Amino acid sequence: MAQALLTVDRLYKSFGGVTATDNVDLEVIPGEIHAIIGPNGAGKTTLVTLLSGELRPDAGSVRFDGRAITALPAHARARLGIARSFQITSLMLDMTALDNVALAVQARSGHSFRFWADARRDRDLAEAAMAGLEAVGLADRAGQTARALSHGEHRLLEIAMALSTKPRLLLLDEPMAGMGVEEAQRMIGFLAGLKGEKSMLLVEHDMDAVFALADRITVLVNGRVIASGPPEAIRRDDAVRRAYLGDEAVADGGGAG
Amino acid sequence: MQRDMLSPLDWKPKTWAMVVGLALLALLPGYVAFTEDTFYLDLASRLMILGIAAVSLNLILGHGGMISFGHAAYLGIGAYSVGIPAYYEIHDGFIQIPIAVACSALFALITGAICLRTKGVYFIMITMAFTQMVFFAFVSIEEYGGDDGLVIELRSEFAGLFDIEGATGLYYFIFASLLATLYLVHRITRSRFGMVIEGARGNERRMHAIGYDTYRYRLVCYVIAGAICGFAGALLGNFTNFISPEMMDWTASGELIFMVVLGGTGTLFGPILGAAAFVLLEEWLSAITIYWHFLFGALLILVVLFWRGGLNGLIDWIGRAAWRKRS
Repeated sequence: MAQALLTVDRLYKSFGGVTATDNVDLEVIPGEIHAIIGPNGAGKTTLVTLLSGELRPDAGSVRFDGRAITALPAHARARLGIARSFQITSLMLDMTALDNVALAVQARSGHSFRFWADARRDRDLAEAAMAGLEAVGLADRAGQTARALSHGEHRLLEIAMALSTKPRLLLLDEPMAGMGVEEAQRMIGFLAGLKGEKSMLLVEHDMDAVFALADRITVLVNGRVIASGPPEAIRRDDAVRRAYLGDEAVADGGGAG
Repeated sequence: MQRDMLSPLDWKPKTWAMVVGLALLALLPGYVAFTEDTFYLDLASRLMILGIAAVSLNLILGHGGMISFGHAAYLGIGAYSVGIPAYYEIHDGFIQIPIAVACSALFALITGAICLRTKGVYFIMITMAFTQMVFFAFVSIEEYGGDDGLVIELRSEFAGLFDIEGATGLYYFIFASLLATLYLVHRITRSRFGMVIEGARGNERRMHAIGYDTYRYRLVCYVIAGAICGFAGALLGNFTNFISPEMMDWTASGELIFMVVLGGTGTLFGPILGAAAFVLLEEWLSAITIYWHFLFGALLILVVLFWRGGLNGLIDWIGRAAWRKRS
């Protein structure tokens, strides 16, 4: 097995006695899509937040590319190449779609203590930002404020921003949340296109998406890993089917979420 | 994307309004020389100094979303940086003004490093608290007049390069400072740095997630705004020939916020419009009634409730309406 890009070791987090992340072990191998599934309240978003650095764990460690990053804040982890999307859209709503992506491009092109030259006339920034929008099919929305975009477009813009930081690991927190069937299919196609190129940790409710995309699946219940393995093994796992996919899934062989 | 001002014919109505406004300010001393009435010269000088201060506050409040309720501290620090050296017979502006800017920047750095760890109402209160500390510090220093203040006998001298002892010389010095400030802030807000500041106002969490240590950028922004306002304070000391702790009373900080909000937050010319409205209304309303602050309050409520764009937005709106009628 290749050297893991991300290694999570006995990560633990509780909020006032409620354990959200209970000794989670996890690995993301370069180029793979590792999906995290689990019922509501399983601690999926908490886990993403611990990995992105917005929350500090109570115990355990996170290593990225062989380096201990447990103590690093979110912005430092982002600089190392960990990008995330948010379950609830998180954008600069008053800025244009292009400016949103341009800021992501700017973030990875050195420091921004540059006070004089007009950033919007910086050809390198503008071209890379436009390419970022094109990649997700939002090029024609470049000049609109993010606020004016639809929900599905917001999700795509989130992905464009995350990708524009040229990350080595993408943490995707329910990228399909609230999307229509068609939009979700588009997103699945897009993420499938990135497969092998980008390592991803994908938190998702949509089981079609998870089984279509994931190389490996980890199942969280009450903050604990109850199973981890390739999709077929997870599909067959009785504990998973009982705890998560439900009796109906057990009856018809699982699949639909 | 391209926002070139190709030729005056292509200018937006607002650009026209601003150019005409600045041209009128440039020509005002000619009118005053003709009528020998210095009233408007003083009024415009004060307007422009407060305008510079408001522009600097807008950089953090409007562009950066940092609602400082203590910005008048820098007016005071800047003014005392002229007044205290003058008290010791040091009238060299090339010493006084760097002191004003450096002390303001240092004060902003130290207090900002603490204030910016807080958010929302805590930020507002702590910026105010620091300014009150400076206020009471100067009240207690008897040597420099305590709360009676200190008269500045001579204005700053600039090695004979230019002379601001007379009202007209000072006026043009202030006017040039205003133009320079507008240009500087215009560049900063459009730069990469400015984009980060704007982004951090819009969504700090997202900015962290794409790799910005927003705290550092905000702190630098806070220091720049403080330094500019300190410079305005040095102008204010020269203009009034008098300094007192009252300059940094918390109501003075509130008035600066009033100017920024009334004029239009996050816009280039808004704070100048706000300062103009403030100075003119204060002048006219205080002649009519001693309760003029009441009318200010009412005006502010109307702007906040119904016209968030402030005066700047109003001019935009008039411009668009006129444009529609024409075509």
